[in-house]
Amino acid sequence: MIDKSVASAEAALADVPDGATVMIAGFGGAGQPVQLIEALIAQGARELTIVNNNAGNGDAGLAALIAAKRVRKILCSFPRQADSWHFDKLYRAGGIELELVPQGTLAERIRAAGAGIGAFFTPTAYGTKLAEGKETRRIGERDYVLEYPIHADYALVKADRADRWGNLVYRKSARNFNPIMASAAKCTVAQVREIVPLGALDPEVVVTPGIFVKRVVKIAASLRKAA
Amino acid sequence: MKKLDRKEMAARVARDIPEGAYVNLGIGLPTLVADYLPKGKDIFLHSENGILGMGPKPPEGEQDPDLVNAGKEPVTLLTGGAFFHHADAFAMIRGRHLDFAVLGAFQVSVAGDLANWHTGAPDAIPAVGGAMDLAVGAKNVLVMMEHLTKSGESKIVERCTYPLTGARCVNRIYTDLAVIDVKPDGLHVVDMVEGLSFDELQRLTGVALKKTAIAA
Repeated sequence: MIDKSVASAEAALADVPDGATVMIAGFGGAGQPVQLIEALIAQGARELTIVNNNAGNGDAGLAALIAAKRVRKILCSFPRQADSWHFDKLYRAGGIELELVPQGTLAERIRAAGAGIGAFFTPTAYGTKLAEGKETRRIGERDYVLEYPIHADYALVKADRADRWGNLVYRKSARNFNPIMASAAKCTVAQVREIVPLGALDPEVVVTPGIFVKRVVKIAASLRKAA
Repeated sequence: MKKLDRKEMAARVARDIPEGAYVNLGIGLPTLVADYLPKGKDIFLHSENGILGMGPKPPEGEQDPDLVNAGKEPVTLLTGGAFFHHADAFAMIRGRHLDFAVLGAFQVSVAGDLANWHTGAPDAIPAVGGAMDLAVGAKNVLVMMEHLTKSGESKIVERCTYPLTGARCVNRIYTDLAVIDVKPDGLHVVDMVEGLSFDELQRLTGVALKKTAIAA
């Protein structure tokens, strides 16, 4: 019998090595797997490369991981926000490397990794600073920039419900980067509100099929409220 | 001459959005346009984080942290709305499925180049979000901005001095003074605020404007 559920967030992330590339899903707070990030902070892995849309908000979650100086490099589209003070301070001090990627290109590079695509041409950023040094090509009437996939060792995702096979469904706009990141990592760990029996998820509405998910952790409601 | 305030600018943009349009409103000033879209007509608001059919902000106490817009503010979903993941959200943008993107700007050039993501200041932390995707992807890119900088310089320029978001991508500019179409042969003024003459607008703008499109 296959049961992908793991007893705790700590157990689910025990094997993350120093230097790993870790995708962290979510858009701001929506869909951000805060308890997995807290477990990653407790676990101690250093020199991480993080992929997220942002660079942390406030003091919790990704912001806390950055504040703990555990991130060597971050790939994101929108680091600078009103409450991104931990990233801002470290960046200005030269303590973190930033690869700025347009949001749609970030999403597609992640999707491409999960789909086994070697590279793709996108019209986004053509003629801008963010395309400097990149290969370009004119196809038909438009100019395109060559972009490569982003693969990860781990993806930390948050879903609403899972079953023991790792099928996932999400809630509202908390879906965002979760499904594509789940497909792009060697080891995807999902934190969920509820693990339901096989068959309880309508197969017509499963968003992330279990093939993309290695480990599932149920986060107690009391912990979720505290975050 | 009476400049339009932010709400009047938003109402002016909203007038040009027809029923059935799929529309992305950028963060900041463009977000205000939602408040002035005609009630009772189906206009589909898209959000980069995976929403079509986005509704207004919820009443106090009914916010849901799982339902936010691209600015991460609480929103609602209209009946008939849908959720999808980020790559699909940007397929809609890049794949030319959106009818309109309304974006703020630091500068727009005569050729329709858009600069709205970076002031170019060496100590600034850059952030781009979805702006570059919207600039190349939407069928119509509408820019909403004040006509002049705080020091009185035109934000409509011969060439952008700030780093570009997209080249030759802007279709129409809405300012607090005028509405201007960007066409291959130059900038065509569509309308102006009350009490402003074409000559005065031309003087303030600096780059050449055409007046043939102004309704008599």
